[in-house]
Amino acid sequence: MNLFKRKEKATGEILAGGESAIANKEVEGLSQGQIVRRRFFRHRAAVGALVVLTSLIIFVMTALETKIGPIRIPGWWKWTTEDIPALRFEDCPGGTTGCPTLSLNPAGGFGLGTHPFGQDDIGRDYFALTMNGARRSLMIMFVIGAVAGFIGVVVGSIAGFYGKMVDAVLMRLVDFIQTVPTIIIAAVIGKAAGKVGPLYLALFLGILGWTGLARLVRAQFLSLREMEFVDAARVAGASNIRIAFKHILPNAVGQIIVSITLIMAGAILTETALSYLGFGVVAPDVSLGLLISQYESSFTTRPWLFWWPGLFIISIALCVNFIGDGLRDAFDPRQRRRITKKDRLQAKLQSKVGA
Amino acid sequence: MSKDNVLEISDFNVDFWVDGVWYPAVIDMNLGLAAGKVTAIVGESGSGKSTTALGLMSLLASNARMDGSVKVKGEEMLNAKTSVLRSFRGREVAYIFQEPMTALNPLYTIGFQIVETLRSHFDMGPKEAHTRALELITMVDIPNPEQSIFKYPHQLSGGQRQRAMIAQALACDPALLVADEPTTALDVTVQAEILDLMRGLKDKLNSAILLITHDMGVVADMADDILVMKDGITVEHGTADQIFNNPKHPYTQQLLGAVPKLGSTKKRALPYSESAKPAPVLKLTDVTIEYPKRGRQPAFTAVKNFNLEIYPGEIVGLVGESGSGKTTVGRASIGLLPVKGGSIEIVGKEIAGADSKQLSSIRRHTGIVFQDPASSLNPRLPIGESIGEPLYLAGLAKGADLARKVEELLDQVELPRSYRNRYPHELSGGQRQRVGIARALALTPDLLIADEPTSALDVSVQARFLELLQELQGKLNFACLFISHDLAVVDILSHRIAVMQNGLLVEEGDRDQILKNPKNDYTKRLISAVPVPDPKEQKIRREARLATKK
Repeated sequence: MNLFKRKEKATGEILAGGESAIANKEVEGLSQGQIVRRRFFRHRAAVGALVVLTSLIIFVMTALETKIGPIRIPGWWKWTTEDIPALRFEDCPGGTTGCPTLSLNPAGGFGLGTHPFGQDDIGRDYFALTMNGARRSLMIMFVIGAVAGFIGVVVGSIAGFYGKMVDAVLMRLVDFIQTVPTIIIAAVIGKAAGKVGPLYLALFLGILGWTGLARLVRAQFLSLREMEFVDAARVAGASNIRIAFKHILPNAVGQIIVSITLIMAGAILTETALSYLGFGVVAPDVSLGLLISQYESSFTTRPWLFWWPGLFIISIALCVNFIGDGLRDAFDPRQRRRITKKDRLQAKLQSKVGA
Repeated sequence: MSKDNVLEISDFNVDFWVDGVWYPAVIDMNLGLAAGKVTAIVGESGSGKSTTALGLMSLLASNARMDGSVKVKGEEMLNAKTSVLRSFRGREVAYIFQEPMTALNPLYTIGFQIVETLRSHFDMGPKEAHTRALELITMVDIPNPEQSIFKYPHQLSGGQRQRAMIAQALACDPALLVADEPTTALDVTVQAEILDLMRGLKDKLNSAILLITHDMGVVADMADDILVMKDGITVEHGTADQIFNNPKHPYTQQLLGAVPKLGSTKKRALPYSESAKPAPVLKLTDVTIEYPKRGRQPAFTAVKNFNLEIYPGEIVGLVGESGSGKTTVGRASIGLLPVKGGSIEIVGKEIAGADSKQLSSIRRHTGIVFQDPASSLNPRLPIGESIGEPLYLAGLAKGADLARKVEELLDQVELPRSYRNRYPHELSGGQRQRVGIARALALTPDLLIADEPTSALDVSVQARFLELLQELQGKLNFACLFISHDLAVVDILSHRIAVMQNGLLVEEGDRDQILKNPKNDYTKRLISAVPVPDPKEQKIRREARLATKK
């Protein structure tokens, strides 16, 4: 019985598929975008990270008041960064002041209290400060991603498409920028940029951060332009611009997206490092790195001033990294789904039912 | 089945786990193979022949499941311990793979790789192993064995690499040799030599060979028994004589019917009279093409003083072995490569030295079908857009008009109109090649260049493709330069044949004149090396070829 069924299935389904039917079973009748989406959503860590990051962004962005020109959107948190409430010192360990009131212990009852993340030296609400810092850091991250992504794609495409002299010149430029240590040049410019604000710092870091992406895009172009469909387009009469943007670039888009997410994950760490060293964002502006640097001295006595910004840095960088990993796996056609124990078990059950 | 069979497969099943379901790849296979015999497994791609070969020694990916029984020299191989499997792999069962460049490690010399195999199975000192490796390399006829043993894979030619791999496979005198498409990547003359070598060694060492191939000519040349597979099922199993001369199963009959056979087509008249030739569509005069020097690599002249004319309505086959420059001629003919010397005229207009504007107006008269259906279509564009692109760029059609024309072209190549919105990866190789033709014919060209369009296709798909091409050619009456390494395919299609060797045109003429009465030695050798899918005739041909060699 089992035998008969299997034979029937084989002839029926695989006949319909034709050549290499088994290998293509997974992608039958789907567009490229659908395949990528499906593979991405199968990557549990990446989907989890996407959910966490999205909610984190919404949480951070709505917590405080937002000013867009004359429009003011009030935040949901009771304190602002300017408020200076009285310092709390009741039930703080070892005679410290402004300890967090957040209680997650189920025995002692769950509660936020007045200052869940605690207060700083002069009594400002640390939750409000952290939210403000996280906002800046996220903004910097996205600006760096956009700037580095744009320059990297343009330079890489031109170098890879035209090759020869153009390629040689652009790649030497890349070499040059890569030999300059980012941290030092950023320190020099950051000192000046501190006065003009974090947006310029972000733009500047973006201008330094595109080199890796440009190399990658160039390599993609070099291999894709040898493909026969590019020749076919040329024979059909397509111009260079059309070949580059309609035929080659869409085929490299996967790699580009992946690389940009990884640049962004690195960007948030670079900003933190610079601010910590005092060359990035400077007071009165706030960023996560700056918060850590400002309260460095209180690490032993009041560690919460250290933990909360650190927690946000780690979660944002981790989430972006995981999303990048998920995207890379989704875009890479060589990645096949692994067989899990659950799959094997399910298969065993199936064959038992069939028998 | 007899007890002294080297390989005994019974009720062998392989399934693959894909996306939550088991898909069968090999179903209830039974096979017995005695020492000194050759059994061929034939079938088209996806029929499960390579899966069988790898499954024998549990070499499949982790998403495969096997049951049944595989016995090598009476010992069960399925679900055997890894240590048992290891002692059999290489020692009793050796593999020869299709692509020797990827099957040999590029970092080590061939001598090292043979010594490694020897020393992992026998208690042997380095010197002893080296002597034995030298013996093996001499046995497989690699020239200058003393020097060749220290060569890396990239320093050898394709045929020599395949010989090195055979030497490695034979290192431990295996009882069973599994050859998975051993000659598919090779030229016909080299293929003939490798097959001779394998036949000689089999008789000498009394090994059993399990030969996996899609080429019925190779099967006719080598096999004692044949097993025909389709979609994992063994449809027919019998001696070579039975299968070739009296096939029972309709699939086997269909498969044999689809195999192009050299010298089986009728005489074909030229579409014009020899005395009053019309103006040529493509005229190549003294063409020389050079690949410029790159770094330390010196410039390479791919084509030298090449002359060829193609007249309206005829198909000219351009044949030659790999590296002979035939693809270079094809690509230069539509201006994809710069010409170093001579002239190329398409419908009377000069291509050599034309600027991009002139070139694009000349290209409206041409179309090209590429070799590799996997890379010739943009994976990000729906095929309707790929087909319509030449029309759109030429400014001939737009919007609804363009859509209508694309549908007409799809009808022409017998693909459903709904395929317009599909992506290349959803189509089979044969369907993609049809899309390639539709795109090439979009501008109703005077000249079609087909660069090995069928080399990646199965025989039955190829047969249908060639029929379609002939139909279209009859209807639209374009001239065609058909580039191929397969003489049988060229025989079916062309009116005239041109033969290339090392960038030179060695012979050109009527199809019948070239195939039946070749003047040039190289052409003669090329034709005699093609295996014919008929065991008796092939035996006669083989003996005749070996006689001339001596």
